[in-house]
Amino acid sequence: MSNRESMLTKLADLDAEHAKAVAGGGEKYVERHHARGKLLPRERIELLIDEGSAFLELSPLAGWGSDFTVGASLVTGIGVVEGVECLITANDPTVKGGASNPWTVKKGFRAAQIAEENGLPTISLVESGGADLPTQKEIFIPGGRAFRNLTRASARKQPTIALVFGNSTAGGAYVPGMSDYTVMVKERAKVFLGGPPLVKMATGEESDDESLGGAEMHARTSGLADYLAADEQDAIRIGRRIVARLNWRKASPAPEGFAEPDLDPDGLLDLIPTDLKEPFDPRAVIARICDGVSATNGQVLDEFKPLYGTSLVTGWAWLHGRQIGILANAQGVLFSEEAQKATQFIQLANQVDVPLLFLHNTTGYMVGKDYEQGGIIKHGAMMINAVSNSTVPHLSVIMGASYGAGNYGMNGRAYDPRFLFTWPSAKSAVMGPAQLAGVMSIVARAASEAKGAPYDEEADAGLRAYVEQSIEEQSLPFFLSGMLYDDGVIDPRDTRTVLAICLSVIENQTVAGTDRFGVFRM
Amino acid sequence: MITRLLVANRGEIARRVFATCRRLGIETVAVHSDADAGLPHVREAGMAVRLPGTSPADTYLRGDLVIEAARRSGADAIHPGYGFLSENADFARAVLAAGLVWVGPAPASIEAMGSKIEAKKLMAAAGVPVLGDLTADTATTADLPLLVKASAGGGGRGMRVVRSLAELPVEIDRARAEAASAFGDDAVFVEPYVEHGRHVEVQVLGHPGGILVLGVRDCSLQRRHQKVVEETPAPGLPDATRAALHAAAAAAAAAIDYRGAGTVEFLLDARDTSRFWFLEMNTRLQVEHPVTELVHGVDLVDLQLTVAEGRALDPRTLGETYGHSLEVRLYAEDPAAGYQPQSGLLTRLDVPGVAAEFDLLNRPGLRLDSGFEAGNEVSTHYDAMLAKVISWAPTRDQAARRLAAALQGARIHGVTTNRDQLVAALRHPAFLAGEVSTAFFDNHPEVVDVAVDPRPAVVAAALALAEDAGVRRRVQRGVPVAWRNVVSQPQVTRFEGGPEVAWLAGRDGYLVEGVQVVAASPTGVILEVDGLRTSLDVHIDASTPPGTRAVHVDGPAGHVRLREVPRFTDPAAYVASGSLLAPMPGTVVRVAVTAGERVASGQPVLVLEAMKMQHTVSAPHAGTVTDLPVEAGHQVAAGDVLAVVDEEQA
Repeated sequence: MSNRESMLTKLADLDAEHAKAVAGGGEKYVERHHARGKLLPRERIELLIDEGSAFLELSPLAGWGSDFTVGASLVTGIGVVEGVECLITANDPTVKGGASNPWTVKKGFRAAQIAEENGLPTISLVESGGADLPTQKEIFIPGGRAFRNLTRASARKQPTIALVFGNSTAGGAYVPGMSDYTVMVKERAKVFLGGPPLVKMATGEESDDESLGGAEMHARTSGLADYLAADEQDAIRIGRRIVARLNWRKASPAPEGFAEPDLDPDGLLDLIPTDLKEPFDPRAVIARICDGVSATNGQVLDEFKPLYGTSLVTGWAWLHGRQIGILANAQGVLFSEEAQKATQFIQLANQVDVPLLFLHNTTGYMVGKDYEQGGIIKHGAMMINAVSNSTVPHLSVIMGASYGAGNYGMNGRAYDPRFLFTWPSAKSAVMGPAQLAGVMSIVARAASEAKGAPYDEEADAGLRAYVEQSIEEQSLPFFLSGMLYDDGVIDPRDTRTVLAICLSVIENQTVAGTDRFGVFRM
Repeated sequence: MITRLLVANRGEIARRVFATCRRLGIETVAVHSDADAGLPHVREAGMAVRLPGTSPADTYLRGDLVIEAARRSGADAIHPGYGFLSENADFARAVLAAGLVWVGPAPASIEAMGSKIEAKKLMAAAGVPVLGDLTADTATTADLPLLVKASAGGGGRGMRVVRSLAELPVEIDRARAEAASAFGDDAVFVEPYVEHGRHVEVQVLGHPGGILVLGVRDCSLQRRHQKVVEETPAPGLPDATRAALHAAAAAAAAAIDYRGAGTVEFLLDARDTSRFWFLEMNTRLQVEHPVTELVHGVDLVDLQLTVAEGRALDPRTLGETYGHSLEVRLYAEDPAAGYQPQSGLLTRLDVPGVAAEFDLLNRPGLRLDSGFEAGNEVSTHYDAMLAKVISWAPTRDQAARRLAAALQGARIHGVTTNRDQLVAALRHPAFLAGEVSTAFFDNHPEVVDVAVDPRPAVVAAALALAEDAGVRRRVQRGVPVAWRNVVSQPQVTRFEGGPEVAWLAGRDGYLVEGVQVVAASPTGVILEVDGLRTSLDVHIDASTPPGTRAVHVDGPAGHVRLREVPRFTDPAAYVASGSLLAPMPGTVVRVAVTAGERVASGQPVLVLEAMKMQHTVSAPHAGTVTDLPVEAGHQVAAGDVLAVVDEEQA
């Protein structure tokens, strides 16, 4: 199978997984929802965002591999509303009434983190039946942060807007409650702490939905609703008008112009080897995702230290007219030279306030006597120090392998890059599945030898196969994406667009590098 | 000698006269109403005098103001153009009394021909064939159908065909009312209506040396008795008929010792082209004079001025005739909606391949006589004609082909026009075979409501709008239009009246069902359907905010105008149901009901006058008039609420 065929197969699988998220609760529930005159979450978003603008959906595969529906009954993403980049969340009421499960909570947190780090207004399209009760233990206590996030966003001058289309009761009532602006759809929104049965149980009072939490009541009596919308379209119209009046100004002006890449991004499909043991030249990737040569862009990539530490390519390029610094693995392994080169390059980017892009294809830092004695830990630590303390925005794309401490040094999830996307060809784990199984086997054999017990070779082979397979599965992008370890799996051909959107989003706040790093071990 | 000439007219005819004046070195003076202040004829004149007001009665029909304008501007001659005061003998007298040169026939000639009833008598006496006169009392069933005509004026106003004697008195009354409103004279007459008639006319020029005859024009293609397509020579006429027409016209002009340019109109039996009858004589320059100019190689305005200056014409200067010329009148009207006059901002008016404007051609080609240009507001105060497009070619077929192509390639944006109808007529086999008659449009309804497949245009408009949104965006510029990493649904672009397109923006361009999108930009889209590639020009009219913009698509199939629909409607802006909206801009002439009155379904609520046509607005259902925001005399714009009739609960 050619590289392209292999990639296309993986992309078809990705489409199928995305389709599961889009299908939500399935045909029956979608039909029922439509029959009630209601829009699906993505239909609401399509109507909310500016015509012809892009929508970067985040964490679409959240919950993949769990018992919950792919997508975790919540749609999150970044869309442009009245020319303002907003973090948008929308409950999917077709999936168990839009109830939150543990993955919903994690996905919501990630969205809030993105809004916070990039200084975006948040628009919540609310219609949720509350928490998934069987898993409440994983939701109730940590989930409280969602409301804290809203008011803290507000305090940071990142406005929060709630458009309430349906149920938003009990804890959910605090989403409109904690938002700066609240719009409720007439005869649809239902926002109360306790419904009629609970009220009856608690106080004996006879009541009904409308008097406890109807949109009219909240707009005219309680004042919780700032706007009463005639219908869903009207709520979205009002939401757009609210954003139009946020007096939103980005920190950086939009770039003037730029050239498309010198090489066709389509070629990326041919580039990534099916077997990740084969390295590939990241310059071929850069030429397909970064701006081409133009009157204002003299060279696609200005490499830094091209002759030193050649297993890592560092250099400056433009992407949609914005300068970025790139660190890209070339030969998989990171040696001391590569680690030191990366450290210096990250400092340079901070000196001139330029965002960094990490293109992962690493098997980790080199092991072995010579390398340990040469200080590979010290040098790896320098790189991780630089990555950790750098304050320019970081973007990561896991193209291929991302193993071991290499994942850390290349700005893996734990190092909080602003955005992290994965190609379908990626694999990430503490080490390669075969290596991990082999290590386990060696350790077990040693333990058994120490006890003087005979080693069961047959059991060893079985264990190795099992471990290798399960590690392989857990290294794959859908699994990692399901765990919220990335912001989405993307088609390599979309990388340029995804990064361009991210870079534009980043510009909502000032890009400011640091001169303060941890102590570098020399 | 004339040194400074005032044109007591507007639009294209004023520009036409000015063009000749410039060639002759005569200074020019324009007059204009308030509504016309921005038109080209005002700008092109050396001087311009405002006639305060907008209605013709307050402005172009005010002879006293026009003569005063001539005095103030130092003009020594007045050219009346056509319409307005051109056939008003009193005005001609006043001009002469003011010591000015009158570019037209003697007032007595105007008077002689001004009353069609009197003119018919005069012509019969001169041996010119005329149709019999009838009245409501003398007409019998055998005379049907009949034609009721206003004695004064022309242009088909006050003209009605009657097919039953019972209708005759009513129609006579209506014709009287229309004639009185249009010409200030309610005299009408009745004559037999020739069912398969052709309208032919002879251009004459009376000068001190006699009467010159410049060929026969055919102006049979008419809608609502107004000419739409005109040509010379008249097709398919036997030489004998042609000669007889020439002789009759000369006799008619000679009978009144005619001076200057005039036209003798005849009704010709299309079934028997040897039979014709005198209709009327127009004692002025005709709208369709350019076809004669091109074929005969003469500047008729120049000749008018020469005669007005008292000089004789040299028949030898008329020279040889060559080829065939066709003229179309481009009207701001909607043929499919009963030729309803259209108004609005003309945002574009480009006719490709025009070789001359208001001038002769030195070789076969295209001429444009336009009263408007892009940026002008087209109002309904005056005639709806925007421009005349004239072709000249060796043969009739070639002239028709050339003209149709030019019209098809024209870019006319902002107001609906009869362009597609004109193109269809010029390409119609019956027309090309010379089968013209005044019933042409009735006999060929497919030409009236030209069905253009709007689908490619709608697709093109949608994609151009998408591209336009991409260009106009302030953030994420350069990010592909409507990009999605997770595709959940197509984008849907909707237009007023229902057309919509579902599209996806794929990595390799737009995806639309049934067509392949080759290229798209805010100004043009290339589509491929069944291996056939077509290029569509798109113009997005930015004069209104996004969400309400007009989108013009011009392509091989014609012009399609679409209008965006706003994505959202503020519920506060909904129109109360049962509202009667003005179908067009106009003036409320009569309100037939009072607020609170109960009305039956179909009962007239009020009468709206636009373009001198009266339109009755009736109740859509039985109910009560709950709101009546207008009264007689109010000006209304298209879409204004005229009344609200609350539906009766059954």
